[in-house]
Amino acid sequence: MKLTAPIAALCLLACAGPAAAADPQLGRNLAATCTTCHGTNGRAVVDGGIASLAGVDRERLLQKLAAFRSGEKSATIMQQITKGFTDAQLDLIASHFAGQGRP
Amino acid sequence: MANTRRDFLRAGAATGLLAALAGCASSGGSKASGHVVVVGGGYGGATAAKYLRLWSDGGVQVTLIERKPKLVSCPVSNRVIGGQKALADITLGYAQLQSRWGVQVLQDEAIAVDTAARTVQLAAGGVIGYDRLVLSPGIDFLFDRLPGLAAPAAQDKILHAWQAGPQTVALRRQLEAMRDGGTYIIAIPRAPYRCPPAPYERACLVANYFKQAKPRSKVVILDANDDVQAKKDLFTKAWSELYPGMIEYRANSEVRDVHAASKTAVLASGRLKADVLNVIPPQHAGQIAAQAGLKLVNQRWVDVDWLTMESSSAPGVHVLGDAVFPAPSMIKSGHMANQQAKLAAAAILNLLAGQPPNPEPVLINACYSFVDDRQAIHATSVHRYNPATKVIQPVKGAGGVSAARSEEEGRIAEAWAKNIWADMLT
Repeated sequence: MKLTAPIAALCLLACAGPAAAADPQLGRNLAATCTTCHGTNGRAVVDGGIASLAGVDRERLLQKLAAFRSGEKSATIMQQITKGFTDAQLDLIASHFAGQGRP
Repeated sequence: MANTRRDFLRAGAATGLLAALAGCASSGGSKASGHVVVVGGGYGGATAAKYLRLWSDGGVQVTLIERKPKLVSCPVSNRVIGGQKALADITLGYAQLQSRWGVQVLQDEAIAVDTAARTVQLAAGGVIGYDRLVLSPGIDFLFDRLPGLAAPAAQDKILHAWQAGPQTVALRRQLEAMRDGGTYIIAIPRAPYRCPPAPYERACLVANYFKQAKPRSKVVILDANDDVQAKKDLFTKAWSELYPGMIEYRANSEVRDVHAASKTAVLASGRLKADVLNVIPPQHAGQIAAQAGLKLVNQRWVDVDWLTMESSSAPGVHVLGDAVFPAPSMIKSGHMANQQAKLAAAAILNLLAGQPPNPEPVLINACYSFVDDRQAIHATSVHRYNPATKVIQPVKGAGGVSAARSEEEGRIAEAWAKNIWADMLT
């Protein structure tokens, strides 16, 4: 189940695009939009004040992202950023970080 | 010359070693190879150099050409002017790009690009060939728009401090030397210019210093634009609540010339004398972009293909950061340069491997501004490529600004700097 979800997300994204097929590195590329603050490969600066995402369980990341987006979990900026991504994109991002080794 | 050649051989050896190491763990995704030259080691160029190495598992050789030995960060530099930070706090090195990531860092200046021959000419005399070129040259100033600023002596007196470094410290010294009861004028050029909220942040932090050290002094903002260009409600609230009576904002007040000796700003409506006159001149893409013959918009900013950040007129030349003509609502910021660098790095590696670029790139901007010693505000936005318009456009309903200024955002702003510096350099 856990393995098929990202693949399904990829398929959805691929079908949504009018012409081009999804990039094989789409998850990595989308996750890299987060790493400016959350650290390269999701490894934030130690004691740097921002959460590391590397190696965090995919379901847990998705729950957090959904809670930011719905406003259930309060934030300064994440509630505004998560609204810019589709469910499929958030799934790819969470899967990418979950697949990174813990810092 | 000799040094350049030797450095190259060393870079090649490092590349081979990393590639061999990476081969053990390679996922088999990227098969890019070749040599990418990056001109400019700021927020865009440094990030591109690192991510090209990271994402190619060391398979692509990367040479970074930067004229300065260290990177002095523009983000956070207003806090040096405000007195919260020292220049050392915002001065960063390239050592780990070289030792950890295998980027060949050349301290030299790229003075000419031959896009047909795919070569870069260096000030020190060498010539470097490339398979793909990344230009991240930042901004240069249009001093000719302000005749009184043409002479170098005038430029030493009327500072911009819009490229962090010696001018940042010099402006701080001018403020420290100013009498109580004096007037600081900051002049803002017409948009687009580097970092839209930064002039208003600087006004806050100078007022914050005056409030503590020179309470009879004034800050006057002369804005060439018809309104505050970023975080308007948050800034105007900070001005009136934190610095009542101290900051005067004048819209539609373009400074057309200066008289350096008397520190006078010349406007269409008259003249205004300052004790410290801080004029941010109009800007354009770093000189090398025009030298390379790249197509410019309004003769100032590089026109790019948003799927690859490639110049629309010069295949193989990718341009990043402040030098680029921005897409709608995309601002010139260090954060955006970092994001564009990753878009470009991903596209370059695909192209070097004979694959099409990612057809659906996304970019985030996040930008913090301090309004006093500890409190900050932010603006953020998410941008997505639209295949119909071929432009990266803001995602409706996403992004926004702070609900209110806060110390919590000040702590996050500090964390932002630490993390983006690590993402680009270490």
